Amino acid sequence: MFNLPASMGLTDILSLAIAAILVNNYILVQFLGCCSFFGVSKKTDTALGMGMAVIFVMAIASAASWAVQYFILEPLGLGYMQTIAFILVIATLVQFVEMFMKKAMPSLYSALGIFLPLITTNCAVLGAAKTNISNSYSFIGSLVYGVAAGVGYTLAIVLFASIRERLDATSKCPKCFEGFPISLVAAALLAMSFMGFSGLSIW
Amino acid sequence: MDMQNVIYAVAVLFIMGIVFAILLGVAAKVFAVEVDERVPLVRECLPGANCGGCGFPGCDGLAAAIVEGRAPVNGCPVGGAAAAEKIAKVLGVEVAAGDRQVAHVYCNGGCNAKDKANYEGLQDCNAAMRVASGPKACSFGCMGLGSCVKACAFDAIHIVDGVAKVDTDKCVACGKCVSTCPKKIINLVSEVKKVHVNCVNKDKGPEVMKVCSNGCIGCKMCEKTCKFDAIHVVDGVAKIDYDKCKNCKMCTKVCPKGCIEPVPTEEEKAKFKEMQAKQAAAAKAKAEAAKQAAEAKAAEDK
Repeated sequence: MFNLPASMGLTDILSLAIAAILVNNYILVQFLGCCSFFGVSKKTDTALGMGMAVIFVMAIASAASWAVQYFILEPLGLGYMQTIAFILVIATLVQFVEMFMKKAMPSLYSALGIFLPLITTNCAVLGAAKTNISNSYSFIGSLVYGVAAGVGYTLAIVLFASIRERLDATSKCPKCFEGFPISLVAAALLAMSFMGFSGLSIW
Repeated sequence: MDMQNVIYAVAVLFIMGIVFAILLGVAAKVFAVEVDERVPLVRECLPGANCGGCGFPGCDGLAAAIVEGRAPVNGCPVGGAAAAEKIAKVLGVEVAAGDRQVAHVYCNGGCNAKDKANYEGLQDCNAAMRVASGPKACSFGCMGLGSCVKACAFDAIHIVDGVAKVDTDKCVACGKCVSTCPKKIINLVSEVKKVHVNCVNKDKGPEVMKVCSNGCIGCKMCEKTCKFDAIHVVDGVAKIDYDKCKNCKMCTKVCPKGCIEPVPTEEEKAKFKEMQAKQAAAAKAKAEAAKQAAEAKAAEDK
C-alpha cells in the first residue's frame, strides 16, 4: 500500500550528513533561516542554545513530515498539500518544544525569547523537510539529514556569534558600520569561506 | 473524482489539525509551569511605557524582579509613589518613601554663552558635537539643539532661551536625557534639592568670562558664605554637596555671576547686602565692645 523510498547505505548517509553540514550549509550556502541567524547571534551561549533548539526541531520535523508525507499524503494522492501539511506539523512541534523548554530549561527558554516561536516560520526547517521528500531519502536518511542540517546551522551561528562577540569587544570599526552593517559584512565573508567546501567530493 | 480530492484534502488537514490540537492541549497540561500569580498583578500597577528607566528589560522584567525581590517595590521611576503604593498593596509590604528624583540641566548659558561658529548642520547635539565640539565657545555647556527634548518620552524637557530646561512636574527620572546628552550636563537629583550650580565650565575665571556671561568663575564667594560647608570650588567650578545643602540659598545671593539656582532678584540681592552689612556692623560693634570690656578688665586688674 505504501510506496516507501529505497533504504540507503551507510556511506550514502554519511556523505549526506557531511554534505548537509558543510557543502550545502543551510545558512551560508543556501541562505535559509537568516532571520534567526542574525537575531540570536549576539552571544555565543544563546547562539549555541538556539542551534540546539534548531537541531532538535529539525530532527523531529524531518521524521514527522516524512511520516506524514508517506503514510498520509501519498496514499491519498495529496502530494500537492505537502507545504501546508508540513507547516502545520512544524508549527505544532515548535509549540510543543516551547512548552517543554519552559518546563525543563527555563533559562534557555528566556534566553531564546521571541526566537523560539520564530523557528516556526524558520524556512530552514521547512526547507529540510521538503528536501527530504524531493530527494526521496529513506526514513533514517531523513532523520540524519535533519540532524545534520541542524548541526550545520549550529556551526554557522556559533562561528558567526563568536566573530560578532570579538567584533563588538575589540574592533574600532567606523561609526557608520557599527552594529548590523559590519555583521552583514562578516556574514558575507564567512559565507565566502564556506564556498571553499563546494569542491569537496565524498567517495 | 475531483470533488473527492477536495474532500480528502479538507478532511485530512482537518483531522491532522484536531489531532495536533489535542496533543498540544495535553502537553500544555503536562508541562504547565506555575507562574507566580502576583507577577501579572504587579505588572498591572506599572505604567507600561517599557522605557527601561528602572534598568530592567521593560515593565514585565521589573514586575518579575519585584516579585522575586531583586528590585525594590518603588523600583519604577515613572510610576513613582503611586505605583509603589499599589504594588506594596499587592505584595502586602510597607513601602519606604523615597525622594522623587528629577533630571536637572547643569548649564544656564544659552543666549548668554557666545557662539564660536555658526552651525547649520543637522539639528542634533550628538551630530554638532562632532564638528569641533559644537558651535558654542564654551566647550562644557548646553548647545541647545535639543537631543534631550527628542529623547524624552514624557515631554518634560524643553529648550528655553537656548538652554535645556526640565519640567520637574512631568519628569519621571527615566534617565533618557542623561544618557543622550553628549556634554554630560544632565543629572538626576532629588526633587527636594532646590539649589544648583548651573555651570560646569572648569576653565579659569577670565577664560570663562570670555565665553559666557553666566559662567562660574571660581571666585569662591559661595564657598565663603555657606554656613554648612556644602559648596566648594573644585577644578575651577563651584559644586554643591547635596548631602549637606540645606536649601538656605545664601550662596545664590552672593554669586556675582548669578549662576546658582534659584537666581535671586535685584531686590533680594539688595536686601541680602543690607542684612550682611548690618551683620557686619553688629559683629564689629560686638568686637569693639569685647575689646573695651577687655581693656576695662585689664585696667581693673591693674
